[in-house]
Amino acid sequence: MSCALPAFAAVSQTDPAPPFAVLMELTHRCPLRCPYCSNPVALDAASAELDTATWKRVLDEAADVGALQVHFSGGEPCVRKDLEELVAHATEIGLYSNLITSAVLLDRARLERLQRAGLQHVQISLQDSEAAGADRVGGYKGGHVKKLEVARAVVAQGLALTINAVLHRHNIDRVNDVIDLAMDLGAGRIEIANVQYYGWALANRAALMPSRDQLLAMDAAVRARLPELAGRIVVDYVVPDYYARRPKSCMGGWARRFMNVTPRGRVLPCHAAETIPGMEFETVHDRSLSDIWRDGPAFTRYRGTAWMPEPCQSCDHKEEDWGGCRCQALALAGSADATDPVCELSSAHAEVAVLRDRDAAALEAEWRYRGV
Amino acid sequence: MNALTPHIGETDRLRLAPGVMLRNDRRRGEWMLMAPERLLVLDEMALAVVRACVGAEVADVAAGIDRLTAEYDAPRPEVAADVLEMLTDLRNKGYVVT
Repeated sequence: MSCALPAFAAVSQTDPAPPFAVLMELTHRCPLRCPYCSNPVALDAASAELDTATWKRVLDEAADVGALQVHFSGGEPCVRKDLEELVAHATEIGLYSNLITSAVLLDRARLERLQRAGLQHVQISLQDSEAAGADRVGGYKGGHVKKLEVARAVVAQGLALTINAVLHRHNIDRVNDVIDLAMDLGAGRIEIANVQYYGWALANRAALMPSRDQLLAMDAAVRARLPELAGRIVVDYVVPDYYARRPKSCMGGWARRFMNVTPRGRVLPCHAAETIPGMEFETVHDRSLSDIWRDGPAFTRYRGTAWMPEPCQSCDHKEEDWGGCRCQALALAGSADATDPVCELSSAHAEVAVLRDRDAAALEAEWRYRGV
Repeated sequence: MNALTPHIGETDRLRLAPGVMLRNDRRRGEWMLMAPERLLVLDEMALAVVRACVGAEVADVAAGIDRLTAEYDAPRPEVAADVLEMLTDLRNKGYVVT
């Protein structure tokens, strides 16, 4: 159905509530080569990255649109020599700064400079509880030891530390060790993050998917510890999608809480949105973040509930899970317009289990490292 | 609550956790605790509790409860029960630490 008065209809809509945070992927460059990297398979070249002045303007626009926090991410954001300058600018205009990092390029002196610039929080990824496994997954020798050293320096300096532990077939059995390690490091929070299968991870799914038995053991271990961990460390944990019966509220709902800016300046509703064919993405050179947030075609495409097919449309949970993840619907059901097949009400749900069990059984599968 | 994680008590001294700050967002007209990758919007009561009971300048939680009891002219036992529950919740969510 077409609207007789599209222009009028557009301007009469209420503006959406402002985003909570803007994720700035300063670069796709990274010394690590994790096979589940969330960056797109086609990486932006260093020469295509936005320059310092443009990132500062984008920070101004993030404050203008009403975002409260900025996540400096990548790639590895510490490869950017202007990171301190960007953090200082964010602080100056009242944005709260998070650094999402592999930590292998950080040292005490740079952490001190970043703290002086106003950085509040450092999130460090760990690939395993043990150096051998961690360095193999990251494809970076000595990385694990370096991460632990930097994590301790973060806490010693009084900055908030989050440990992001990514779980898959090769380390999921050590979830208790990972939690112990995060507590030993003095982290205030741990994200127990089971691999999400987009981009690189989707290509490597057969080499990463844990078995049902592994999953159940991990889930039981985490749940058994949650009461003891309350008040000691904040635990962010969700059941991994491929073993779940209901979809997660991806990004807190499409274009409801986050904006993502890629190294070359494309503005996305989520970091994997570029996998969806036929989407039209604007860049920071086209319009302001406020304009793009309000009515950019990629943002309005799946915002709210009007786009939803059945069974979402008549579902009581539609404003809780917002229809799940669009990129996952594309990857598993062949269409980003579909109900997320992770939902047991989706007609494609049974196929998720078939794919999952097939990949979980492919024990000889080897991953392909992230690379250029 | 389970036995392993004690409730906040009146003799505890609380401060905001690393990376947590009290902010007023003028655009939204709300007070909030800004924290790593998240935030908590405070209603009037929660704001009063945080101001009275959290921070280096507060002797202990008991002193904060005394202040709130006087300010709100309410029975102390009721104020104490509500305040300790709220502070325990804030501690468990990582916004304040002992």
